[in-house]
Amino acid sequence: MKRVERTVLYRRHVESGARFGPFAGYEMPIQYEGVLAEHRAVRERVGMFDVSHMGEVRVQGPRAVSLLQGLTPNDVAALKPGRAQYSALLTERGTFIDDLLVYCLDPEDYLLVVNAASRARDLELLGAAAASVGPGVRIDDQSDATALVAVQGPRAVEIVSEVVGPEAAELRYYSFIHQDEALHQDGLGRIVSRTGYTGEDGFEIYTSVERADDLWMELLEQGRDSGLAPAGLGARDTLRLEAGMMLCGQDIDGETTPIEAGLSWMVKWKKGDFVGRDALARQRRDGCRHRLLGFEVLGRGIARHGHLLAVSGRPGCGGPVTSGAFAPTLGRAIGIARVDCGAGGVPEPGSAASVEVRGREIPCRIVELPFYRRPKV
Amino acid sequence: MIPDDRLYTEQHEWLRLEDGEAVLGITDFAQRELGDVVFVDMPPPGQAFAAGLEIGAIESVKAVAEIYTPVGGTVEATNSQLEDAPELVNEDPYGEGWLVRLRLEGEAPGDLMTAAEYEALLAAG
Repeated sequence: MKRVERTVLYRRHVESGARFGPFAGYEMPIQYEGVLAEHRAVRERVGMFDVSHMGEVRVQGPRAVSLLQGLTPNDVAALKPGRAQYSALLTERGTFIDDLLVYCLDPEDYLLVVNAASRARDLELLGAAAASVGPGVRIDDQSDATALVAVQGPRAVEIVSEVVGPEAAELRYYSFIHQDEALHQDGLGRIVSRTGYTGEDGFEIYTSVERADDLWMELLEQGRDSGLAPAGLGARDTLRLEAGMMLCGQDIDGETTPIEAGLSWMVKWKKGDFVGRDALARQRRDGCRHRLLGFEVLGRGIARHGHLLAVSGRPGCGGPVTSGAFAPTLGRAIGIARVDCGAGGVPEPGSAASVEVRGREIPCRIVELPFYRRPKV
Repeated sequence: MIPDDRLYTEQHEWLRLEDGEAVLGITDFAQRELGDVVFVDMPPPGQAFAAGLEIGAIESVKAVAEIYTPVGGTVEATNSQLEDAPELVNEDPYGEGWLVRLRLEGEAPGDLMTAAEYEALLAAG
């Protein structure tokens, strides 16, 4: 049995009254005050998450771009330093091994941020690809040396720019600043990135494990007057689901392609060959049978992972719920299901459906993703 | 603390017996373990259950807890306040957060715990 890891901020979570649970081999804070309160804090004010379990893999060298171009469906060559993109590692069948962020630190220096559960497999795959390329690319797993703190919510920008500098407020979505490189030549330095997994404005801050505690305490202190509270993986899950963001290993996995998941935009056809391209091109041409679709529950009940959704009037059209929860911001239950559309095409938003919960059919409706969009300022 | 006017199960439910009826709820420990309750699913009046059967479920944001009735009986009433305010289960598990009232059929089983016994169970972890 692999031992259970703890992040460097574990002691702070205990002090804050966290309740822990296992997640991808880590003992992670699931909630502090309560999932609903933390969810609302992020939507209305600001919340702070320790997501140091995420993996950070550095890919460097003159051949880094060509290696990543061949392994990921998004266009790495289009990334300028200071910009990040959402992408994936796919199988030859075009299905997900992992979803990830690619940060361009420099045209010969990239950072991949990967899921904890898939990190070992990602590294194996990257290592094998690097070996076949030969010299000219170096893969360095910096996960254990790196902590990651996400500050999310409408007031995140006030707090983060006080702590890391006013330039944070100037960052566009999916842009980042890279600080303190000289202090950590072997590590990452500090990356302040305007990204997140909640559907709110916010930042993700990567720093060395040595400096994580100071950063966490500084953010807590700075955020006191803004109502900043630590938030756990429970709220992170309801926030990301409302925002229509996929969870790898649950919504998207080795049976799902980006096209089926509604993530076709991450596939860049003009950039040349990459793993999974042929399979995706076939789906693009012929259409795909399975789709990940959002639905909301109209009746009394909550659809959960594994329950079955059926589209009304379409025998055989339906499939398992991949994520389902009560959506605190919307005040009703929502979910994502992997729907086998059969020959009748993808059910339109608004289509009636039902989900079976504890032996009862509960009425639902197919809706477009995301369920929640933050109000424009 | 733990009210001594009722009995307890190992599944952290409480049962208050009165005049051939039983009121069922979950304990404070159970509501804390479960977290924010967002939905309570209980059967309609008139439905009968044998002792030990699943009678309904309580859903928190993150989990589902099935509720088993420790006694046999017919549903007399459910707590309609919980439809709009499921958080009462968190806020007042021994009072306003009660779940269901059953008309007893047969004897209550002897293996239910007193408040003192339940407290000892919690203390033993």
